[in-house]
Amino acid sequence: MNIIVPVKQVPDLVEELEINEDGTDLDRDYLSYKLNEFDEHALEEALLLKEEHGGTVTVIAFEGEDTDKALYTAIAKGADRAVKITNDLPPGTPNHVLAKALASVLSGMEYDLILTGVQAADDRDGQLGVLLANYLDVPHVSVVSGVAPNNGAVTVQKEYAGGVMAEFEVDLPAVLGVQAARQTPRYAPVSRVRQVMRQAEIEEVEASDTEAEVGSSIRRMFKPEKGAGAQMLEGSPEEIAEQIIKILQEKGIKK
Amino acid sequence: MSQDVFVVAEHLQGKIDDVTYELLGKARELAGQSGGHVVAVLMGSGIQDQAGSLGAADKVLYMEHAALENFNPESYAKALSHILEQNKPRLTLIPNTSMGMDLAAAVSVKNNLPLVAYATDVQFDNGQVVATSQLYGGKINVESVLEGDSSVVSVLAGSFPADAGKQDGSPAVETVAAPDGLDQTRVRFKNLIQPEGGDVDITQQDILVSVGRGIQSEDNLPMVEELAEALGGALASSRPIVDNKWLPKTRQVGKSGLKVKPKLYFAVGISGAPEHIEGMKDSELIIAINTDPEAPIFEVAHYGVTEDLFDVVPALTEKLKS
Repeated sequence: MNIIVPVKQVPDLVEELEINEDGTDLDRDYLSYKLNEFDEHALEEALLLKEEHGGTVTVIAFEGEDTDKALYTAIAKGADRAVKITNDLPPGTPNHVLAKALASVLSGMEYDLILTGVQAADDRDGQLGVLLANYLDVPHVSVVSGVAPNNGAVTVQKEYAGGVMAEFEVDLPAVLGVQAARQTPRYAPVSRVRQVMRQAEIEEVEASDTEAEVGSSIRRMFKPEKGAGAQMLEGSPEEIAEQIIKILQEKGIKK
Repeated sequence: MSQDVFVVAEHLQGKIDDVTYELLGKARELAGQSGGHVVAVLMGSGIQDQAGSLGAADKVLYMEHAALENFNPESYAKALSHILEQNKPRLTLIPNTSMGMDLAAAVSVKNNLPLVAYATDVQFDNGQVVATSQLYGGKINVESVLEGDSSVVSVLAGSFPADAGKQDGSPAVETVAAPDGLDQTRVRFKNLIQPEGGDVDITQQDILVSVGRGIQSEDNLPMVEELAEALGGALASSRPIVDNKWLPKTRQVGKSGLKVKPKLYFAVGISGAPEHIEGMKDSELIIAINTDPEAPIFEVAHYGVTEDLFDVVPALTEKLKS
């Protein structure tokens, strides 16, 4: 099975996010980026499928902050090919545009399955995988946490609320939005990544179509209002523990 | 072109999900502003009776077909696309749920409609649709203006009260013919898999101590478990803990896990992604420990602690035991 995994760099949410002066985008000057964590799961699931059933894994990313590092790391983990889309599509580009660009690149490639992360932290205009599937006119299922090949098709599990799952059979080629791989995404040692950087090559392509009708624009970005939130407890760990116990007693939770 | 506000009803195993009522309540308010009607879109097989529970709508458009008996990303998207093409509503609200995610982006492309996702609010502002999305793990809100005379917004569950949309009644039911070839799909529903019964039903517990990524290692779980015991409660968790297989799926709180409403929800090392908040925000008392003062969990918590959990948790356990 030949699998394509489009991946995206997103701002590292562990760090503080600031908004620019216009209030219409993040202040991206000092942002650090990391691979969308759901894309990590999509890649892991693709590598597992390859190990179990053969085939290839191709990782595709848009040129940007730390893209090369992300692609080399994917190869270090076991991907066969890394492709970089070189159009000027900066972070924050709407997913409709990214999906259209990906569709134009993928339409010239052979594949059975496209695995994307189910969502990303900046999916303002819808999830990339579903948009991509519809531009390519191939079937899709999102929120998937299990994939198994089955006679030229795949059997997938889609998660609903409350732990209920639905099983679907999906004809190939297809796009799946991966919620979680069957195992924790593997880790590539830095030494291995360095070795890959010397040996492997990242292919560069230009997307022929980046014209998509987004139909919406950002008017304002703002941080959620503070104040209505938590009352913060301060002091040494022991003092905090005492305050918590007092609260529990007041609420009748603890005597 | 109409001024109507459409709501896509979500149902599983013959039961309409609460998110549908949340959207219907909001749609009532919006239709009042646009001067249109509230129309619920119900797709399924043999569930026409459910229209009676959608009394907050002025009208229910019902499409009956064997291919719609169970949710199917392809047949449902085709059916919805057909309905929107025929009616061109001013605004269509779709739950930003597992099912809704497969529909909203699909009809955005198929029908060439603007889409804004992860919305927690929608308004008409000078005749334009304005949607507020919760992005970047709940750390940033983004207000978008949707262009054109018909658009789609997918709304996070729990954004609006369900009560306003929960009205019995007998809205007019209009049956819509299914488009041709609805059963010729490349995606086929096989079956539903019910969750395994766990050792503990976390939805029935008065006290939950819930653990997240901040715990760093499986080896640190016993420390939190000890706190749960000292409080007389049970251990729950956010998604990453279950993905790492440190705890069974039955302990997972949130969008794809369970919705809980205990007397005390004690969040340890949980940042509070929207998917998690959705499952616990109605708890009576929420106390959260997280070293990141910007963590969204503090938006819903009543009390917060930014000291290191590895110091505070043992100190609290010890004091509770003494």
